Amino acid sequence: MYNFEFKQPKTISDAVNALESDDAQALGGGQTLIPTMKQRLASPSTLVSLTAISEMKGICKNDDGSISIGGGTTHADVACHSDIFFGLKTLAENIGDAAVRNRGTIGGSLANNDPAACYPAAALSVGATIVTNSREISADDFFQGMFDTALEEGEIIVSVKFPVPSSSSYQKFVQPASRFAMVGVFLSNFGNETRVAVTGASEGGVFRWCEAEAALNEDFSDGSIKDLSIDHKDMINDIHASKEYRAHLVKVMTKRAVANAS
Amino acid sequence: MSNVTMTVNGKTVSGSVEGRTLLVEFIRNDLHLTGTHVGCDTSQCGACAIHVDGKLVKACTMFALEANGAEVSTIEGQANGDGSLNVIQQAFKDHHGLQCGFCTPGMVMAASALLKTNPKPSELEIREHLEGNICRCTGYHNIVKAVLAASGQDVSSIAAE
Repeated sequence: MYNFEFKQPKTISDAVNALESDDAQALGGGQTLIPTMKQRLASPSTLVSLTAISEMKGICKNDDGSISIGGGTTHADVACHSDIFFGLKTLAENIGDAAVRNRGTIGGSLANNDPAACYPAAALSVGATIVTNSREISADDFFQGMFDTALEEGEIIVSVKFPVPSSSSYQKFVQPASRFAMVGVFLSNFGNETRVAVTGASEGGVFRWCEAEAALNEDFSDGSIKDLSIDHKDMINDIHASKEYRAHLVKVMTKRAVANAS
Repeated sequence: MSNVTMTVNGKTVSGSVEGRTLLVEFIRNDLHLTGTHVGCDTSQCGACAIHVDGKLVKACTMFALEANGAEVSTIEGQANGDGSLNVIQQAFKDHHGLQCGFCTPGMVMAASALLKTNPKPSELEIREHLEGNICRCTGYHNIVKAVLAASGQDVSSIAAE
């Protein structure tokens, strides 16, 4: 990979300043960015590591019952924290492998918005709020297509605020070599409202399956979606799965999510 | 070039590295600790697995400068004080948990990270934990058996010798 200047600020404001330099790039846990730089698909002249910023790490419960997770919190730390709800815990403990989970961060995953990443499905499903150094962005506005988000140049995800659903489930059909989601469905039930977010399936990245949500709002049972189907037109087609197969998996994983919600 | 200092297997070491120097390159090329292997260099195979501040990481997917001030353990620091194999290494030997041996340092480091947090893992938990470590010889069976044995559990349910 091409060389760069490495900076490791200790505070968010120092990181924001460091990211103002030309062609600077933030580095989270590096589990995507470092392999990308090795392939020379990214070649920043300055790399600003966020891993030494302690105010961006950790998990806490807010007064309104929601949970805030620092952008620099690793998947392993999310997976083992007692305040994390069922679907999110399942999601975090099944990202990549044990070593990847010790480095990769929630902020890095959301900022990258890989179309097959797990965390975008959770954030969109529960209607999380992405808190950056300068503003708060609702998940519905944050994800803007494959590898595209509402983040401005140099903007950092400081934390993510998750409303806690009364039940939830994450069902991931794993692509066994990469351990990314071939299709992943995150379902959140808030009693009066169910939200279903799908990752891994669409060319447009994570999306909500509104027809399934409407059906589940009528009747929260896996039977209520048995007659639904999802259009395969915008699905991803690759060597692992065709568009049609991915569309089929969306329905199967949604049914499993309903059956397993806890 | 920047200076980096860390503790590796209990010894304080330092060196001068570029921003792009990977932790595994620093360990192998500067410290000459070549037990940590580079298999794929794409964070898939786990041959470069080490511990940084007690946590299992892939040393090919972390920069040396990110480990500044950290406590690092590699395979070279795993043997007992008298030089004899530790319980995990001995179990790999006893249960033929390796063939060519290239993946073994990473396997031992991964197993040791598992047993620290889960001293009596089930066979399934061992297999899940080793998902990030690829072995192209053994078919994993005897590796799983070795980890089970190292945790002091009965391995008779795993048939093959």
